[in-house]
Amino acid sequence: MIIDAFVLRALVAGLIVAMAAGPLGCLVVWRRMAYFGDATAHAAVLGVALALAFDVSIFAGTLLAALVVAGAVSTLAGRGWAMDTTLGVLAHSALALGLVVVSLLQGVRLNLESFLFGDILTVTARDLWLMGGGAALVSALMLWRWEGLLAATISEDLAQSMGLNPARERLVLTLALALVVAVALKVVGALLIAAMLLIPPATARIYARSPEGMALLAISAAALAVVAGLGASLTWDTPAGPSIVTAAAAMFAASLGGAALIRRLNRG
Amino acid sequence: MRRLPQGSLGMTALIEAKGLSVAYGAAVPVLRHVDFILQAGEIVTIVGPNGSGKSTLLRALLGMVAPTAGTVSRATGLRVGYVPQALHLDANLPLSVARFLRLNRRLSPAQVATLLARVGAPGLEARSLATLSGGQFQRVLLARALAGNPQVLVLDEPTKGLDQPGTAAFYRLIEQVRRELGCAVLSVSHDLHVVMSASDRVVCLNGHVCCEGAPSVVSNAPEYRALFGLGTGGALALYQHHHDHGADHPDHPHDHETCNHDH
Repeated sequence: MIIDAFVLRALVAGLIVAMAAGPLGCLVVWRRMAYFGDATAHAAVLGVALALAFDVSIFAGTLLAALVVAGAVSTLAGRGWAMDTTLGVLAHSALALGLVVVSLLQGVRLNLESFLFGDILTVTARDLWLMGGGAALVSALMLWRWEGLLAATISEDLAQSMGLNPARERLVLTLALALVVAVALKVVGALLIAAMLLIPPATARIYARSPEGMALLAISAAALAVVAGLGASLTWDTPAGPSIVTAAAAMFAASLGGAALIRRLNRG
Repeated sequence: MRRLPQGSLGMTALIEAKGLSVAYGAAVPVLRHVDFILQAGEIVTIVGPNGSGKSTLLRALLGMVAPTAGTVSRATGLRVGYVPQALHLDANLPLSVARFLRLNRRLSPAQVATLLARVGAPGLEARSLATLSGGQFQRVLLARALAGNPQVLVLDEPTKGLDQPGTAAFYRLIEQVRRELGCAVLSVSHDLHVVMSASDRVVCLNGHVCCEGAPSVVSNAPEYRALFGLGTGGALALYQHHHDHGADHPDHPHDHETCNHDH
């Protein structure tokens, strides 16, 4: 069977996202930052709009918008604002403003749906290099700061007593999150990026016995979802991004069911 | 009591604060002009009502918060073992006891086993942190604090959430560990009744140092009584009980332990 070049590029793009989102997604789950991931991802739409308006690369625009919103959330939360309110205000403001700005742009023919739900089959070789670079940076950050991130996740006081700086770990997380959003935008789209951060770690949790094991399992679960979702998308002509997320969700449901079955068999 | 390694040098200050004030933002300062000194091998307990700045004082002494005025100095290379208030772990984090002890620190399996044995929690290595009882969890936190062979053990309300026998057992453990290591112990409690009976000194805090001294002296001090009051309407029968023992047998702190058991 001959695989078309665009399918191969789509596959590589999906696997790059799996690689970057797995470990970071685990930290997002452990730190209960699910909403935070969502807010940062929604900001990507504003980033796309501004990138088109100022004619800079969409990757750069997305990255910048995600960084600004993530930074704003961290700052406001640090000043004692309730996290869920802050995130709700910022996420939806960024999304709405992005949609307004896009509609105001003259002469830009933009398929908005591709930014909201991804357009993995149009990934170019140049996109792949950018995404690969971004994902490599995220992986490097995770490897470099893993112990510190884990310690700060367990207890900021404890991390501080070890001579670590929890504020720095938060900054690393913010940066990594913005990078993942920029990397994943073209694959699953702004509205479903958070799903790739949350569902694979949730599946991995069922099997994992250690933090590192959970991170690696999350990468595997996400990669499997990419392969299955892309295959389903090509077979049944369904949209690729939502198909990948659906595959991830199906794996989660099957794992939950399987785990329950194993427990019952062990007891009986 | 075992002589400290530094004994020949006389008393050595491990941590010293002078005129320490701490404020968060523009709010009223949490701490005002606090002078504090911790000597090597000393057991000091800071007591004060909620919001009196106990935890802030600990954090300032450890350099976790910057003072707005005054100075904090620590002995060079001071090794601190910190036991935080009870942690709230996310249930989605699969973390074994052994992995927790090895967090940001290299320890062999034998060292991990020794640490757990020392805190009376042997064989817990493979257990998930999330499945431990409150008492076991505190012992594991203590094991982690001991891993760096500390000169001072700092405990922030370590027995919060433990029942009375659990608290008594935990404090006995701290005393035993202290005898073995000869480290200083600096702890915080919101209640004079649940301080270590072996405390050399109790510092009563309410934004500033109200009074300090031996446990029995502090419980009789007018400043302490003004702060905590005696009008508990008989709800704290333990108060008189303890107080009597402290006053009658100042040289037999272990009587307190027996009392704790009876209740």
